[in-house]
Amino acid sequence: MGRYVIRRLLQMIPVFIGATLLIFLMVNVMGDPIAGLCGDRQCDPATATQLRKEFGLDKPVWQQYATYMGNVFTGDFGTAFNGQEVTELMSSAFPVTVRLTIVAVLFEVVIGITLGVVTGLRRGRPVDTGVLLVTLVVISVPTFVTGLLLQLLLGVKWGWISPSVSSEAPFDELIVPGLVLASVSLAYVTRLTRTSIAENRRADYVRTAVAKGLPRRRVITRHLLRNSLIPVVTFIGTDIGALMGGAIVTERIFNIHGVGFQLYQGILRQNTQTVVGFVTVLVLVFLVANLLVDLLYAVLDPRIRYA
Amino acid sequence: MPEQPTPPERPLPSMPPGPHLSGGGRAPEDGAIAATGMGGAMDLATEEGASLRKPLGGPDGTGPQDKPRSLWSDAWRDLRRNPVFIISGLVILFLVVISLWPSLIASGNPLKCDLAKAQEGSQPGHPFGYNGQGCDVYTRTVYGARVSVTVGVCATLGVALLGSVLGGLAGFFGGAWDAVLSRVTDIFFAIPVVLGGLVLLSVVTSSTIWPVIGFMVLLGWPQISRIARGSVITTKQNDYVQAARALGASNSRMMLRHITPNAVAPVIVVATIALGTYISLEATLSFLGVGLKPPTVSWGIDISSASQYIRTAPHALLWPAGALAVTVLAFIMLGDAVRDALDPKLR
Repeated sequence: MGRYVIRRLLQMIPVFIGATLLIFLMVNVMGDPIAGLCGDRQCDPATATQLRKEFGLDKPVWQQYATYMGNVFTGDFGTAFNGQEVTELMSSAFPVTVRLTIVAVLFEVVIGITLGVVTGLRRGRPVDTGVLLVTLVVISVPTFVTGLLLQLLLGVKWGWISPSVSSEAPFDELIVPGLVLASVSLAYVTRLTRTSIAENRRADYVRTAVAKGLPRRRVITRHLLRNSLIPVVTFIGTDIGALMGGAIVTERIFNIHGVGFQLYQGILRQNTQTVVGFVTVLVLVFLVANLLVDLLYAVLDPRIRYA
Repeated sequence: MPEQPTPPERPLPSMPPGPHLSGGGRAPEDGAIAATGMGGAMDLATEEGASLRKPLGGPDGTGPQDKPRSLWSDAWRDLRRNPVFIISGLVILFLVVISLWPSLIASGNPLKCDLAKAQEGSQPGHPFGYNGQGCDVYTRTVYGARVSVTVGVCATLGVALLGSVLGGLAGFFGGAWDAVLSRVTDIFFAIPVVLGGLVLLSVVTSSTIWPVIGFMVLLGWPQISRIARGSVITTKQNDYVQAARALGASNSRMMLRHITPNAVAPVIVVATIALGTYISLEATLSFLGVGLKPPTVSWGIDISSASQYIRTAPHALLWPAGALAVTVLAFIMLGDAVRDALDPKLR
């Protein structure tokens, strides 16, 4: 196990460097980091040259990247367009997005797994076909359409929720945005649980449990569910990173001031520091989530041993 | 014949951790990263593609009893009788026709707008009403199909070609090239796709569809490459490939004559479903303001501009959104049906 963790940690290093370098190149080489500083007007050439020198932009790209990464590891993410520290923006944005992600994951767990168990146990019945069809529809409607529709119906037409979220973003205001963020993964979790349950229902240990005369409820919860949830848990684990990165659309629709909002602002205002900083953190979260999930996998399923 | 128990899905104690897929269709040894950044539909696609290459167990796999038919003609027989395939196929055919000749069913000009009629509802001759700028929503929805279908088809072709060539070669030859490619795909999976799109496309000033397609190919090929690699590795272990090798077949002959025809099924399924997700991704990026830009007529742009008038003119949002959803659904259903037809376990 220890050797496996070390191997995985070593594997993560090139992935981390590659992904951040890719983003760094996209922002710094294809865009012009100076352009954003002068607003909508063209920069005065003399000023631009001076700014370039001041920020070290006249140096080769690999050197810029190395300097940036060196600063990041000492906790210095640079400053945003308005002079705020990027770390300050992060400390206000990440809690909001983490709350949104928690709501989304709760929806995935509660609704997704329940529907999956119900359909997996009734494979081929009308309930099963209906839910499967609904999941396909949910998967195929893009998130921003779902979000806008729910905002229109619940927020504007029926007035159940306020159409936009306040800047503190407490949990109760994040319920509908969380549902929107979770919707596609929710449908996928349902399908995954259903397949897993339907396959394991014919397993020997379930037959044994039934033959022992255990009550149906106990067979399902203790024997069937526990074994069927392994792929689901691992999916939800890796999905956490994807949800945090994918919250841009949801946060834009409901005006939530989280990570997606800050990233969007950073991109609009061509603020390289904000964009690269946030993306770096997101990539780290994603990598760590993946590692934890693979370790969890071995804990959940004792038949798997990592050499 | 008694019902065959399904072959064990989970690895047995002696097996390396493997066949079970964690997020985004990934066995743990595949790489450091699961491909979940593309959203649930892509997860669905990779899972369906991966489940196609599971080895057969028991007498189901021992070969045809009656007249031998290829997997493809068998699949085609199944598909012709599948209502889901017929309906989604007809929807896609209709979409292709109206994206080639939109004037067949919409006589107006999508760029002709009359501000005096802004946000008005349905009227004779204008069944979907007008949007916030006074343009006819029906005409714009019909013309929007062209961009969506073009982006979807071009991006899928690019992704499928690049991904299957790179992944297939890596799976066939293995070794250092394979290891390098696996790490490179990990790097691409670590970047959430909408985020990458925002960053990359915000610096592109061109207003054509090609930057969007280029971006999708750039961030989409690792998905197909992972599927193609796995599929080629599974196929390579088959007896007929070993036999061909023993008979002295060259690498290129083995790849083209023996492996490709038998390994291509998962790639086709994943690519079909991916086509739907690319259409949806294009609309999402256009909605965020970095994908396509006006005057291009696109569902994403229309939904984005209609979202400002959502209180007063929701119809301008609902029609393009509905068209988008039906299109994506049609491609996902088609991929689903093709997968079912190609899966010998369901026979």
